[in-house]
Amino acid sequence: MKSIQLPDAEKLFNNLVKEIQQDGPKDFALVGIRTGGVWLAERLHRKFSVTQPLGMLDVSFYRDDFNKIGLHAQVKRSEIPIVVDGAHILLVDDVLQTGRTIRAAINQLFDYGRPATISLAALVDRDGRELPIAAQYIGAKLELPAEKKLELQCANDGKLSLSLYDKNPAPTV
Amino acid sequence: MSNRNPQLNRNGTLQHLLSTEGLPVSILLNILDAAESFVGVTERDVKKVPLLRGKSIFNLFFEPSTRTRTTFEIAAKRLSADVFNLNIAVSAQTKGETLLDTVDNLSAMNADMFVVRHAQSGASHLIANHVQSDIHVINAGDGRHAHPTQALLDMFTIRHYKRDFHNLRVAIIGDILHSRVARSQIHALTTLGVPEVRVIAPKTLLPSMVDRLGVRVYNDMSKGLKDIDVLMMLRLQNERMQAANLPSPEEYFKYYGLTSEKLSLARPDAIVMHPGPMNRGVEIDSSVADGKQSVILPQVTFGIAVRMAVMSILASSQVSGT
Repeated sequence: MKSIQLPDAEKLFNNLVKEIQQDGPKDFALVGIRTGGVWLAERLHRKFSVTQPLGMLDVSFYRDDFNKIGLHAQVKRSEIPIVVDGAHILLVDDVLQTGRTIRAAINQLFDYGRPATISLAALVDRDGRELPIAAQYIGAKLELPAEKKLELQCANDGKLSLSLYDKNPAPTV
Repeated sequence: MSNRNPQLNRNGTLQHLLSTEGLPVSILLNILDAAESFVGVTERDVKKVPLLRGKSIFNLFFEPSTRTRTTFEIAAKRLSADVFNLNIAVSAQTKGETLLDTVDNLSAMNADMFVVRHAQSGASHLIANHVQSDIHVINAGDGRHAHPTQALLDMFTIRHYKRDFHNLRVAIIGDILHSRVARSQIHALTTLGVPEVRVIAPKTLLPSMVDRLGVRVYNDMSKGLKDIDVLMMLRLQNERMQAANLPSPEEYFKYYGLTSEKLSLARPDAIVMHPGPMNRGVEIDSSVADGKQSVILPQVTFGIAVRMAVMSILASSQVSGT
């Protein structure tokens, strides 16, 4: 079987930056989804010198698969240090696939207030959407086998990389 | 399989919370970590998450309680569960229904979780052994045996203020004999690696062989409070005292009531905790209860997040159970 060549995550990040530069919202607030989305959001926060503090979401309490896989063992605290009411929020995630994480994140944001707009930046947009959700800014569009899980990693020096896993058949809690 | 902890299912995840005794450190830390994220939720304008939507939680309180029942109710509601409070004292049991018949009837109404308080030690254990495998039981206090969520919220409070368990000296002070809270605290503290746990009480309020729980016993506050980082006060349980264990509340206050003067014997950054309800002027002086070192009200706030964590983790266990 032919091994799958994954693109360089750093290149994809540069693509993402360019896309946001071209027609991103002015004066936006960044909110990253844990864990990969937060790494990307931190980089974007520095790159665009965003004045509003960075937000971080853990969507564990809003997932729709709690009845199937239970509470995520390493659930972290969500930090939304911005006024959500009236804000232009740029939500950041590493991989957009089913759209269910983004659905959870949007619901969660609305429990903090009523944003003026929410747009979505994803490093990778892969097929397999199960909800009518789309990213406004993407690093790349990839077609990958459905049984593979794509994961973003961050090295100690901050360098980003992508790797592909077989989906674990028995979910662990 | 006979030695299996009745609180854990076959995968070693938490099925019921009956006692802190015998729980592995990983599960205790898992609860404290999840509670940390729930504290974030309780600080928002919208203090609710949809995690337990559609679940039915029954508060079965066979013994009076305001604070514990209310915090369980708030915790369940903030997880979007439906909560039913059963005031058993004026309910079917007075008509002669047995405990397990009550439980069976409520299970037939599709209960997902029971929160049980009972004057008899082992009541929640009995219910946990009786219910089907998809129902969870939380012990909210049984007799003199255990009160695990109180102990867990105390552990959360200690970690919040002291960060690490491994260099602490903790003293539990007061009516150890009648206290299910003290027992649960001792098991949790030792499991989490607190190197020195002391109990300070008059001999008449200490269970025999209390030292077998791995604690150091003191009868004198002036000796017991030296170098202490955390003071866990207990309520003098008048309603459980059948015999005359004490000459008078005034006498007790003189020797064991926590005053600013006695508190000054502990470390200057020591925190003072109390599970409530407090008897001011008996086990604790108002100047201490309302003083700078008191963390008694934060304990109540953290109690909600800790109970949210316990309920979510229990509800998670059935899905990973098989």
